[in-house]
Amino acid sequence: MRILIYAWEGIKIAFEALRSYKMRSLLTTLGIVIGVTTVITIVSLVQGLNKAFANQISAIGTDTLYISKMPWIIRSDKEWFSYRNRRNITVDYAKKIKQSATLVQAVSPVLMTRRSVKYAGTTAERVLVVGTNADHLITANALPEQGRFLMNSDVRHRKAVCVLGWDVAKALFTNVDPIGKRITVGGRKFKVIGVVEKKGSMFDFNMDNQVYIPIGIFQTAFGARWRSVDIQVKAISPAVIEDAEIELTGIMRRLRGLPPGKENDFAINKQSMLMDTYKNLTNVLWAVAIGVGAISLLVGGIGIMNILLVSVTERTREIGIRKAIGARKFDIMIQFLIESMMICALGVVIGLLVAIVVAKIIAATTPIPAAITLWIAALGIVFIVAIGLFFGIYPASKAARLNPIEALRYE
Amino acid sequence: MLIELKEIEKTYEIGTVQVPALKKINLTIAKNEYVAIMGPSGSGKSTLMNILGCLDTASGGVYSLNDNDVSAMTDDQLAEIRNREIGFVFQTFNLLPRANSLHNVELPLIYNGTPASQRKKMAQNALEKVGLADRMHHRPNELSGGQRQRVAIARALVNNPSIILADEPTGNLDSRTGEEIMEIFETLHEVGNTIILVTHEEYIAEHSNRIIRLRDGLIERDEAMN
Repeated sequence: MRILIYAWEGIKIAFEALRSYKMRSLLTTLGIVIGVTTVITIVSLVQGLNKAFANQISAIGTDTLYISKMPWIIRSDKEWFSYRNRRNITVDYAKKIKQSATLVQAVSPVLMTRRSVKYAGTTAERVLVVGTNADHLITANALPEQGRFLMNSDVRHRKAVCVLGWDVAKALFTNVDPIGKRITVGGRKFKVIGVVEKKGSMFDFNMDNQVYIPIGIFQTAFGARWRSVDIQVKAISPAVIEDAEIELTGIMRRLRGLPPGKENDFAINKQSMLMDTYKNLTNVLWAVAIGVGAISLLVGGIGIMNILLVSVTERTREIGIRKAIGARKFDIMIQFLIESMMICALGVVIGLLVAIVVAKIIAATTPIPAAITLWIAALGIVFIVAIGLFFGIYPASKAARLNPIEALRYE
Repeated sequence: MLIELKEIEKTYEIGTVQVPALKKINLTIAKNEYVAIMGPSGSGKSTLMNILGCLDTASGGVYSLNDNDVSAMTDDQLAEIRNREIGFVFQTFNLLPRANSLHNVELPLIYNGTPASQRKKMAQNALEKVGLADRMHHRPNELSGGQRQRVAIARALVNNPSIILADEPTGNLDSRTGEEIMEIFETLHEVGNTIILVTHEEYIAEHSNRIIRLRDGLIERDEAMN
């Protein structure tokens, strides 16, 4: 009860002090403002980036593995040259993997090229032509909205059929049902059997500007027999992705005839590789945020300590009066700690407001959805308490230790 | 007995030199006495007042206040004694400059945890007793010297202390205002308060019933007045 009464008195005194020295209080908080603004802006930026990145790569799927000659992330030319001479991966690997793997539900070999696509005088340029099999429906999540996707028989018999991506269908067919129409893909005739629903884009890559054809036809039509095939594998669930990777590695080594002790001459790529690389980048941002934040909060805290020491000296007589009429050491201590925390609170509030404005500007002018979340605000409160206490303790205990007789005599 | 000093000594150390300020003082003051402590500067009267007011502790001897031995108390225990037992009135008023009269008078009650509503009532009451009912929301710089000292007296009264300890209460006032303040003390004495007055003015001391004269750290004379 007593502590509550006195804490309230402390808050009133601190308000009074802040009001009496507006300019001084504001300047004192500047360090805290800069620190809080920096930290919170960078944190919200990183969170925004994380969200944006996770959205972008969500199409890759956490349950899908991509077997290739080369890994997605190559760190040097030297590495690239060593991968370049690896043996190609061929289409028949896909069938063999499907036969022997137990943790996978779909396996699709993929070859790609850019060609123009024509129908009745309309041309779509630089459409991505994807040669694949029926399992691509599952591995790439290419769900048909109209008609159907490629089936095993289409692939086995190398039928000249194609499934259109959403944007290609829209570009070539206006007010006409595309199903059953004959179009030209890279100079060859194909019959449209389906249209895949809209998939959106990943970074700058438009996943709807595609045409899917059986892989056998792709190889003969676009002269790609010498090219290495990529194999997309969908595990039976995201939970078994690591076991599936181990299983696939074993199968691939057997297919490649690699003796024990010899290094893999293929790569198994997955979403988490991109995520890891991305996280390494944002770690740098985190380090900057922590560094700048820590330094400016330290400077700000020392500023607060300094101004409190001035305040203690200025109010020596007041402290003497309070002690004479019954304030204990603890009461005086609390008074100055509260004042210290109020200055911090002012800084944190201003810093938060500035950071919110900055985040709004970032969100409005860039594609990064920067936003201040609740836990960042909670972090602000922790700052208030921690900095206010840490830098307030010395001036407050100095005030509490004053001798009342000398303090009363102070001019 | 309200106040009992037994062989109270106080020695200050200035560098390596020991300066005795009080030398084995024996003194008793009963409830509802009106005592003046007099003496030239350097006689030890300020030191005695600080010890009586529990602002300072003696180097030797025993001080019992209301049968409590306060000689060996900690700083915080002394603070509580000051809050409960002693009301100070200073020469320079010592009011908080940014607080209004009401808040200044409430201050001792804040430190003993009196709830806000009760605090306000008690402070208003005390201000009415010193005739300042119409100045409750004025700050010290909006009041005359006499009014400021009356606020200080109200602050000293508000907690119903055992002793009112006034250190040159008229020192900063003109003689007419000084007389007004002394009348307030007289009234307080009549209604049962114990008052200890420190002064070097003979005509101020004459308001009391008992004058204790100090010289060189010793009681020179202790006489009852009529």
